[in-house]
Amino acid sequence: MIRFVAIRVARACLTILLVVTFAFVVLRLSGDPALLIMSPDAPAEAIAAFRHAYGLDRPIWQQYLHYFGAIMHGDLGQSMRDGRPALSLVAERIPATLVLTVTALVLKVGIGIPAGIFAALHRRGWIDRAVMALATAGFTVPSFVLGLVLVLVFSVQLRWLPSGGQESWRSVILPVITLGAGGAAILARFTRSAMLEVLGQPYIRAASAKGLPWGAVVRRHALPNAAIPTVTIVGFMVGSLIAGAVVVESVFSWPGVGRLLVIAVSNRDLAVVQTILLLVASTMVMSNLVVDLLYGVLDPRLRAVHK
Amino acid sequence: MGLIDPDLIRIEGLSVAFGGVPALLGIDLSVATGETLGLVGESGCGKSVTWLAALGLLPGSAAVSGSVRLDGQELVGAPVSVLERMRGGRVAMIFQDPASALNPVHRIGRQVGEAVSLHRGLSGAAARAETRRLLDEVGIPDAGGRMAAYPHEMSGGQNQRVMIAMALAGRPELLVADEPTTALDVTIQAQILDLLRRLRREHGMALVLISHDLGVVGEMCERVCVMYAGRIVEEARTEALFEAPLHPYTRGLAGALPPISGPRRRLTAIPGRVPEPWAMPPGCAFAPRCPERIEACDAAVPALRGNALRGDAPQGDARRVACIRAAA
Repeated sequence: MIRFVAIRVARACLTILLVVTFAFVVLRLSGDPALLIMSPDAPAEAIAAFRHAYGLDRPIWQQYLHYFGAIMHGDLGQSMRDGRPALSLVAERIPATLVLTVTALVLKVGIGIPAGIFAALHRRGWIDRAVMALATAGFTVPSFVLGLVLVLVFSVQLRWLPSGGQESWRSVILPVITLGAGGAAILARFTRSAMLEVLGQPYIRAASAKGLPWGAVVRRHALPNAAIPTVTIVGFMVGSLIAGAVVVESVFSWPGVGRLLVIAVSNRDLAVVQTILLLVASTMVMSNLVVDLLYGVLDPRLRAVHK
Repeated sequence: MGLIDPDLIRIEGLSVAFGGVPALLGIDLSVATGETLGLVGESGCGKSVTWLAALGLLPGSAAVSGSVRLDGQELVGAPVSVLERMRGGRVAMIFQDPASALNPVHRIGRQVGEAVSLHRGLSGAAARAETRRLLDEVGIPDAGGRMAAYPHEMSGGQNQRVMIAMALAGRPELLVADEPTTALDVTIQAQILDLLRRLRREHGMALVLISHDLGVVGEMCERVCVMYAGRIVEEARTEALFEAPLHPYTRGLAGALPPISGPRRRLTAIPGRVPEPWAMPPGCAFAPRCPERIEACDAAVPALRGNALRGDAPQGDARRVACIRAAA
């Protein structure tokens, strides 16, 4: 078990390292931040001074080594726009993003999983058809389209809810629905097929044959088995809590990490972009690690493999 | 009908169709208290479907008609609560592949214990003690320790023993064993059959053994029903059936079995295969494969004739056969 965890942790670290390296190289190859931030008309000496200040005049491998060494000391660099530490710039945006993404995750899990279970239990009935039609609509409509439609209906026409900003709890409703709809749809479909797969297993019939009421068969025998594949999808959703709202934050002008990322990328604010990517990679990798460990808890057959 | 019905379970005209395609075409069958009945036939002939339908275990998409009475109580169309009390309580069933009939994520102690608390109202330490006793009774070594094992940590034979323990938990009057040894090694097969024989004797329960293996059934059962394409084609006491099989299909099955005594002979196979339910021949379903087919065989489905085997019929000659060429 310890060996299993150690291998997974090592692999997780390697993944983060690769993401960080990739981001570092691509960002530096794809444009000169000095020209963007200083404006191309700035005097050549000023641009040179800027480059020197951020180490951009050195060879890329030296920059990388320097960057890497700084990360190891917890220093993620300064924003090139206002000179503040990139980490605190990102950190102060995290709560706003989590308000959206965590609420949306609750919505996804709270609606998607029960809907999927319900549809599976009423297979081919009208409930099943209705749930699946909604789910198909839910994940085929892109979130920016859904967001704009919601704004059009509830903000512009009905004037019930604000179209953006962060004034009150009412500002949260539209972005959360926009963010949650697709995920709930995916979870509903996935849970449904996982349940149908499990409900067709011989042990379900055997559990019925021993006289268990159907509700208990579903609860004790079907759900624990259907949870195993479903956990994978929920894990991905947890992993994207930090960066999963880029589009929605832009549509609703929500001051979260996603919008900061959009701004930082267009400005070539290298340290900020790299910090966000590091954070995103870390949460994704961490939630995958948790999912892997959860598999062992949920499925005793995997526990044996891990030993 | 007499005043005292010796039958524990009586199936009359039981038919099943899946999406309009018939799988079972009017089965008449009864099992007396404490009796062992074998159900033989190739796979897909309706052996399992008969009992899944009788216990109400088929999916809702299956259309079940006819009558199944347990001690006079009708089960077809009975309320779910009646069926749930009956399942595992009065009639238990075990299945072909024990490894997949046990839930992979629960310990076996919990799975057997579930049946114990369901049918015996025991909980806590009493339920655990009874679970352990049941596992011990079916011959699981170190029953107490093995309660914590998961199905994947046990062998196929051990898992089937666990299934049997689970079936015994409700002290059933009838155990339906659906191909209980098909998925097991030959040596383990014999052990499981021995176990079933012993338990049946000790508990006085009736046993329905579903098998495609006429040899296994002949060894275990007092009476045999041979099924073909959703119908019973022959029913007889086991000795009578082996002595003189009346239906050509039964003879075919017997011909595919190595003789225990007498000179060695070449085993014969039945040519062709069971017709698909949606492409049934007009007359006798076995006619296309039958070596004794005559023109009249294709005219109509032969009725199952003969004196049904009941307590009032003299033993030995009571049998039924569905073949126009056989004199029942």
